[in-house]
Amino acid sequence: MIRSLQQQWFSNLRPDLLAGIVVALALIPEAIAFSIIAGVDPKVGLYASFCICVITAFAGGRPGMISAATGAMALLMVTLVAEHGLQYLLAATLLTGLLQIVAGGFKLGELMRFVSRSVVTGFVNALAILIFMAQLPELTDVTWHVYAMTAAGLGIIYLFPYLPVIGRILPSPLVCIVVLTGVYLASGIDIRTVGDMGELPDTLPVFLWPEVPLNLETLRIIFPYSAMMAVVGLMESMMTSTIVDDLTDTPSDKNRECAGQGVANIGAGLLGGMAGCAMIGQSVINVKSGGRTRLSTLTAGVVLLIMVVFLSEWVSRIPMAALVAVMIMVSIGTFSWSSLRNLKQHPMSSNIVMLTTVAVVVATHNLAIGVFVGVLLAALFFANKVGRVLYIGSEMQPDGRTREYQVVGQVFFTSAERFVTAFDFKETLEYVRIDLRRAHFWDITAVGALDKVVIKFRREGTEVDVVGLNEASATLVDRFGVHDKPDAVEALMGGH
Amino acid sequence: MNQHVTACIDESHYAGAVCDAAAWASLRLDAPLTFIHAIDRTARPATADVSGQIGLGSREHLLEELAQLDEKRGKLAQEQGRLMLDAACERARTDGVAEPMSRQRNGELVETLVGIEDTIRLLVLGKRGETGAAAVDHLGSNLERVIRSLHCPILITPDTFTPPTRVLVAFDASDTARRMVKRIAASPIARGIEGHLVFVGEPSTHIERELEQARRQLAGVCASVTVEIVSGEVESTLRAYKQANDIEMLVMGAYGHSRVRQLLVGSTTTQMIRRARMPLLIMR
Repeated sequence: MIRSLQQQWFSNLRPDLLAGIVVALALIPEAIAFSIIAGVDPKVGLYASFCICVITAFAGGRPGMISAATGAMALLMVTLVAEHGLQYLLAATLLTGLLQIVAGGFKLGELMRFVSRSVVTGFVNALAILIFMAQLPELTDVTWHVYAMTAAGLGIIYLFPYLPVIGRILPSPLVCIVVLTGVYLASGIDIRTVGDMGELPDTLPVFLWPEVPLNLETLRIIFPYSAMMAVVGLMESMMTSTIVDDLTDTPSDKNRECAGQGVANIGAGLLGGMAGCAMIGQSVINVKSGGRTRLSTLTAGVVLLIMVVFLSEWVSRIPMAALVAVMIMVSIGTFSWSSLRNLKQHPMSSNIVMLTTVAVVVATHNLAIGVFVGVLLAALFFANKVGRVLYIGSEMQPDGRTREYQVVGQVFFTSAERFVTAFDFKETLEYVRIDLRRAHFWDITAVGALDKVVIKFRREGTEVDVVGLNEASATLVDRFGVHDKPDAVEALMGGH
Repeated sequence: MNQHVTACIDESHYAGAVCDAAAWASLRLDAPLTFIHAIDRTARPATADVSGQIGLGSREHLLEELAQLDEKRGKLAQEQGRLMLDAACERARTDGVAEPMSRQRNGELVETLVGIEDTIRLLVLGKRGETGAAAVDHLGSNLERVIRSLHCPILITPDTFTPPTRVLVAFDASDTARRMVKRIAASPIARGIEGHLVFVGEPSTHIERELEQARRQLAGVCASVTVEIVSGEVESTLRAYKQANDIEMLVMGAYGHSRVRQLLVGSTTTQMIRRARMPLLIMR
């Protein structure tokens, strides 16, 4: 207990603290930007980021992962905020947390195995595109100053790290923000700043119960939003934790992460923050900066709050162009560029799954729908592919009146049709033997197809003898399990 | 399953003593000797690039970078471990063990040991690991967890090991202690050694009866058995006794109380391990 505490908190002290600070600096512009997407004051996103970060540091299942207010969630709450206001958002945030805790209790984190790699890539790319698109309002109908500032910001972010010595010790997004704020204050040009977007936090967050009537009407309003946010939040969190697992080559507890996200959202809702989830870009920044344990996540949250509360005067003067530059960086860093390169090598079906996921998300602004469509499509492609693993051959016996059909492979809903058409009912025969010993009947459709074949033959006056039906339909039952004994697998795959 | 004397080797300066102790135990128990080296990757420090920016393909690059770094460190660790294991085997051969074996596993030491526990007859460990050489009163970071996680007897050595001739058996009349005495009596490890059976606490007829029974059991293997009842605080009393009687090895049961209690008041076992300047045989 003590040892694992030590391992999960203090095994990597200096890099963790440093990474936490770097992440906190990058979180500020994101939290502000996502609040603006959602249509609430920047302080809502900032309080949420602080709260979610700190709570997931303790309650989460993936040490070193960063969770805060995110774009994916912000996009889902736009209409709720526009139609019903902030208080309903806070209530919805509470409910989201509750649903996520329930999901953790039911171990729904394990459902992630149904999400194929192509869908994950599609999700990540769609997320990057959404983050980028969310920046566009800041870049339309503005003076050339804003474009110049944004371009300069991107230049600083990507070129500053190449400077000798200081390039490696100062986070370039911070340099970008400081320099652009300096330029703005010195030149006095009239462009939008964070202060123009709404209220910034001036105190530590305080406990407050959302001011909504506690009745079914409220529930009816917030439930659809909460359900969607719970799903999207969990999906992004699970995907991010997988990414962090891979990067650090350490395991995580997915179900604890689900519940942790839930607790964090409840905490955020009670402290006047919006719902959030894990962030792919920030988690990558954290790992890259050397963050590995829960301490880096906690540091990020605490530093974020300290900076925002005590520097709110200065934060309000940051020009929006600087934030846009940082967010474009996050979007570029989140996008999976290798997936474009891989389009040529990957099979068409997986490309279609990936691109469809992206397209649906971009069209609906809802990652849950995109992933749902992607998973469905992937399942269809898979069923279709496996359905092709079916061979039916036949041989006329020497007597000229008996034919033996050999069925090898998988018979289920996608291949049942092909199974039926493989038999030649026009041939006049006295006897037909159907050998199913090397076939597998996976569902009721397959059994129905066999019945159909038998009846069709009988109507022609042919006697049918089915061999090995019991072995073939062993796969029919739902709790079908091949135990990891080599002979059991052998029996299944190589004929019975 | 063949039961091995298993000795954990790392880079600390306890490795030599561990070899000697393991060889001694292996010869006495007539059990094969295996040296084990666990390559623990979690102990490696993370590299930090605090530029805080992510660009084209950052995620893929980062994975590649981290994997490369780990690969290099892993290869080095393997190489180093093999050298250590070879040296340990060599030393064990000079100590008289015919065929010492060695194996390397990836993962934390405790996990590794738990995984192979059913092949372990006696585990030999140094008091501290490679990361804790400097602090005198500080225990090896793995030691306590190993003792808690494993159920086999564990021999903990200080930085030099001399085959003991006088052994102190700390007896508290508990079930654990009775079982412990039974096991020693059944094992060749204490054969021909001078035994001291010590109870710390107030004497009573019950205790005397228990001690007498334990003495009779030990008399079967030990060259001689001295029984003593001393009163006082357990740890300091035992220490005084050890000094007075020139004891060279201590046998004791491990971690009797609940963990909550230990968190509050500390445990005698931990105290004993921390202060002992002699080999310690812990029975669970």
